[in-house]
Amino acid sequence: MPPLAAARRYTSGMYWIAWKMLIGNRGKYLGIIFGVVFAALLIAQQASIFCGLMALTVSQIRDVEGPAIWVMDENVQFVDDIKPLKDTELFRVKGVPGVDWAVRFYKGIGRARLQEGSYEQMILLGLDDATLIGAPQDVFLGSIADLRSPDAVIIDEAGYRRIWPDEPFQLGRVFEMNDRRAVVVGITKASRTFQSFPILYTRYSQAVRFAPPERKVLSFVLANPEPGLSSQGVCDRITTQTGLQALTRSQFIWQTIWYYLQKTGIPINFGITVLLGFIVGTAIAGQTFYLFTVENIRQFGALKAMGTGNSTILLMVLSQAANVGLIGYGVGVGLAAAFGWWTQTTTRLAFFMPWQVLGLTAAAVFVIVLVASVLSVRKVLVLDPAIVFRG
Amino acid sequence: MPASAPPNTTAAITLRGVTKEFGRGESRTRALRGVDLDIPYGELLMLVGPSGCGKTTLVSIMAGTLEPTAGTVRSLGHDLTAMTNGRKVRFRRDHVGFIFQATNLLPALSAVENAAVPLLIAGWQRRRALLTAAAMLDRLGLGDRLTSLPSELSGGQQQRVTIARALVHEPRLLVCDEPTSALDAENGRITMELIREVAVQPDRAVVVVTHDPRAYPFADRIATMEDGRIESVTTAVDQA
Repeated sequence: MPPLAAARRYTSGMYWIAWKMLIGNRGKYLGIIFGVVFAALLIAQQASIFCGLMALTVSQIRDVEGPAIWVMDENVQFVDDIKPLKDTELFRVKGVPGVDWAVRFYKGIGRARLQEGSYEQMILLGLDDATLIGAPQDVFLGSIADLRSPDAVIIDEAGYRRIWPDEPFQLGRVFEMNDRRAVVVGITKASRTFQSFPILYTRYSQAVRFAPPERKVLSFVLANPEPGLSSQGVCDRITTQTGLQALTRSQFIWQTIWYYLQKTGIPINFGITVLLGFIVGTAIAGQTFYLFTVENIRQFGALKAMGTGNSTILLMVLSQAANVGLIGYGVGVGLAAAFGWWTQTTTRLAFFMPWQVLGLTAAAVFVIVLVASVLSVRKVLVLDPAIVFRG
Repeated sequence: MPASAPPNTTAAITLRGVTKEFGRGESRTRALRGVDLDIPYGELLMLVGPSGCGKTTLVSIMAGTLEPTAGTVRSLGHDLTAMTNGRKVRFRRDHVGFIFQATNLLPALSAVENAAVPLLIAGWQRRRALLTAAAMLDRLGLGDRLTSLPSELSGGQQQRVTIARALVHEPRLLVCDEPTSALDAENGRITMELIREVAVQPDRAVVVVTHDPRAYPFADRIATMEDGRIESVTTAVDQA
C-alpha cells in the first residue's frame, strides 16, 4: 500500500474512533456543544447589535446617495456634530479645481408642533432647491418633485407611524415648524437613525426657515469630483484651498463610527458582554472537554500502549474539538441570525450581522476550542502508556 | 541466571541486567534489580509473585511502554533500549498485543469495533478491519455479540473482547496483565484456556502476569519474582 494511502486510512480510522469516543457520552458531548453554542450566540448576537447601532450612527450619510464628497467645518467630528458654515463657503468649494459640482445641505434638529398641540423633535434635512440632491430614494407615497411645492416636506415612514400611530398614511397632513406651516407631500422609507427621531426632508430654503434662527446655517457642502479624478485627491485640494474639512463618503462614515467607538461607552458595554460570552463559553466548553478527556484517560492510555503516537492522539483530540467547534459555531450563529430576523420583524432593535461578525465569532470559537483542546491534550500527551498496566 | 550471560539470539525476549528505579533522592524506589530472563518463541511464561515485586514493571519494559533505568532489552530481535520513542510506538503497534487487568475497552465502541482498534491503528480500511475483528470474535465465541457495547457484556465476555483485540493483528508478543483477576473462577479458567489455545503459537511469545494460582497450570514456565528480582524459573509441573 502506498505510504500516503496508508496514512490517510490510518488517520481516517483514528478520527472515526475519536468521533465515536466523543459522541459516546451524549451528556458530555451536548454539554461541550452547549458551551460553544452559548459563546457563539452571545458573541454573534451582541456584536451584531453593536454593528446595528454603529450602522444607525451613519445611516444619514449612507442614505444621501450621489455626492462622493462631504465638506464641513474643520472641527466636525461626526455626522451629528453640526458646526454651521457661511453660505459663501459653497462658492469657495465650487471654485476648487476638480470639483464637478457642489450643493448645499442642511442638517439639524427642529421642533414640530402638531395640530393636537403636542411637540415632536425631528431631524430636518434641507436639500439643494435646484437639484434636490440628497433626496430620499424610496418615496412610496407622493413624489420627490412635490417638494418644490410651498411648505412641502417628505417624512419617513417610521416617523409618520411615531407621530400618528395606528393611522393610515395620508398626504396633506399639516403641522408647524418654527411657527411656519409644513405640509406632508410624501412618505418615504429611510434608514433608522441613532436618535430615532422622525426625519423630515425639505428644500434648503425651507429648512432654514423651519430651523431656529442662526447667523450661519449651512451644515455641509455636498460635492462630486470631475470624471476621472479621485475623490481623495479632490478632497485634499478642497481642504488645502478652503481650510474646510473635506471627506469622502467612506471616510466620513468611518470618522463617525470611530467617534462613537472612542467617545462613548457603547463599545465597552458591548465588549464586556462579548468578553463574558467568550469567558463563560470557554469555561463551560473547556471544563467539560477536559472532564471528558480525563474520563477517557485510560482509553487514551490503552491506545498509546497499542501503538498510537502522540501526534495521532493530538489529531484525535483536535478533531473532537473541531467537531464540537463547528457544530457549536453553526448552531450559535444560526440562533443569533434567527434572533436578528425575529427582532427585525417584531421590534426596533438595531441588528446588523456583516461577515466580519461571523469572522469574529469563528475566531472566538476557534480560540475556545483551542483552549479546551490544549487543557485536555496536555494530560494525554504526557500520559505514560504504562498507566494501562495499573489496575 | 548470571548477569553476564550472553544474549540468546533465538529467544523472543532477552533481558539482561534490567534495572528500573522510580523517583529521585530519598523517595527513590528500585522496582527491578538486575533482571535476566530469556523467553523463547512458542512459550507461555507466567510472572508471579507478591504485589509490588516488580511484575508489572517488568512486563511494561518487555512491551516497550516503559524505559529501563539500566540493562538491555531485546524483544523480537529489536533492541528496545536503543530505540527512539517513535520506533517504540511502531514496534508496539506492529508486534505487541495487550490484555489488561482493567479491560480498557472503549465504552463508546461495540465489541467488534473495540476488537478492530489495533487494525485501525495499523492503518487498515475500517470495513476490512471490522470483518477481521468479527471473525476473531466469532472464534472466541462472541459471534452473536458483535454489536454489543462493553456495558452490555459480562466481565468474561469483555475479557474475550480484550483477547480478540490483543490478537486481531497477529502480534508476535502477547502481554497479559492479571487477565483473570476481575473474573470469577469459571470465566478465569475459560479466559486462560482461550489464551492457551488461541494465543500460543510457534512464532509468538506470551507473557502473563498473575497472582492467581489457578492459572499456573496453563503456563509453560513460571518465573517467580521477589523484591525486583527473579527468584526462580520453574515449569508448571514443578509448581504442581
